[in-house]
Amino acid sequence: MLTEAEAWQVLRTVPDPEIPVISVCELGIVRSVRAVDDAVTVVVTPTYSGCPATEVIATSIRTALSDAGAATVAVETRLSPAWTTDWIEAAAAERLKAYGIVPPGPAAVATVQPIRLVPRSIGCPRCGSRRTTRLAAFGSTACKALWRCDACMEPFEEFKPL
Amino acid sequence: MTPHLEYLLRIGDSTLILGQRLAEWCGHAPVLEEDIALANVALDLIGQSRLVLTHAAGVEGAGRDEDQLAFLRTEGQFRNVTLVELPNGDFGRTVLRSFLFCAFLRELWTALATSSDTGLAAIAAKSVKESRYHVQHAGEWVIRLGDGTDESHARMQRALDDLWPYTAELFAATPVDDAVRTAGIGVDWASLRTGWEATVLPALDEATLGVPAASAFVSRGKLGVHSEHMGHLLTEMQYLQRTYPGATW
Repeated sequence: MLTEAEAWQVLRTVPDPEIPVISVCELGIVRSVRAVDDAVTVVVTPTYSGCPATEVIATSIRTALSDAGAATVAVETRLSPAWTTDWIEAAAAERLKAYGIVPPGPAAVATVQPIRLVPRSIGCPRCGSRRTTRLAAFGSTACKALWRCDACMEPFEEFKPL
Repeated sequence: MTPHLEYLLRIGDSTLILGQRLAEWCGHAPVLEEDIALANVALDLIGQSRLVLTHAAGVEGAGRDEDQLAFLRTEGQFRNVTLVELPNGDFGRTVLRSFLFCAFLRELWTALATSSDTGLAAIAAKSVKESRYHVQHAGEWVIRLGDGTDESHARMQRALDDLWPYTAELFAATPVDDAVRTAGIGVDWASLRTGWEATVLPALDEATLGVPAASAFVSRGKLGVHSEHMGHLLTEMQYLQRTYPGATW
């Protein structure tokens, strides 16, 4: 027997496969949890349409809840409203920074994007310098961009506002 | 085929075929960062296509799924615009084509976010956010290469001269557009031209590229009449399902 509150607790331990320092709940993709008897239904909203982690996340959720005692687990996908980086929890943003990923700023900024060659400057997550250079608009995953700090010379990633 | 289904296939097929073309760059781009970027954009487009084709299969109601639509239709059954099926050419030509099409797609997704087809509206509201990054990435390269060296400028101008005539198809009026607009399902593609030009023309100007004069040529990929390149593309894309029908892994 697994209550909804217990199911949420379990989900808070399921890490994002690409960024394991934050959980799927902190990422803001778990939209609702319903527990009826021993059947748990989790509604998840995808981050990017083509994110290859989506299927891994569904499997991780099923495994974690089954291990915690749920008899059946259903993972449903909900597209609307579309996921936004604004749903990432504040505490997770701090952990992203410690992990070397600059957390996304407000998503509203991303709706107005003039095409320009000099992108805005962002602070290095390690030394804080704003002398940084964007190396690539897309990093190891579509949700991130690749940067270099010209002060401490370390590479870092940015979680792009979406 | 109903206009609704035809309209969905246009979108699902165009994103799929451009995704396939961009994926061809995987392992071949000039620098690693751009290799990764093109693959990421390809993933987004294929992801958008999967959503639209799954939705289209539901609208069709014939028991087909996204895979059957993508891998078991023949050339004449595809409704993508011709622009996206043209060969990649060099990196500059590839990003120019992406810029021209993704700027259009951004206008389309924006308009479709209020579609009376709620499934399509949800896909559009999600996809438009991704399109903004695609337009920005490709646009920056168009400016950099157009306003770059003599060699890069000459190549970009040649690419624009070749690709520009194919943009006419994006805005060509069809009975399908009239039908979906009347039904509140979709927007008439011709109405997207102004918004598209507002993005594309200033960027081409900044790239110091001259916009070719309009020609009478209008490609007809969205009507199912494709260029000679489409069959070759499908041969590669569909190879596995054609050779091993029903294969999964």
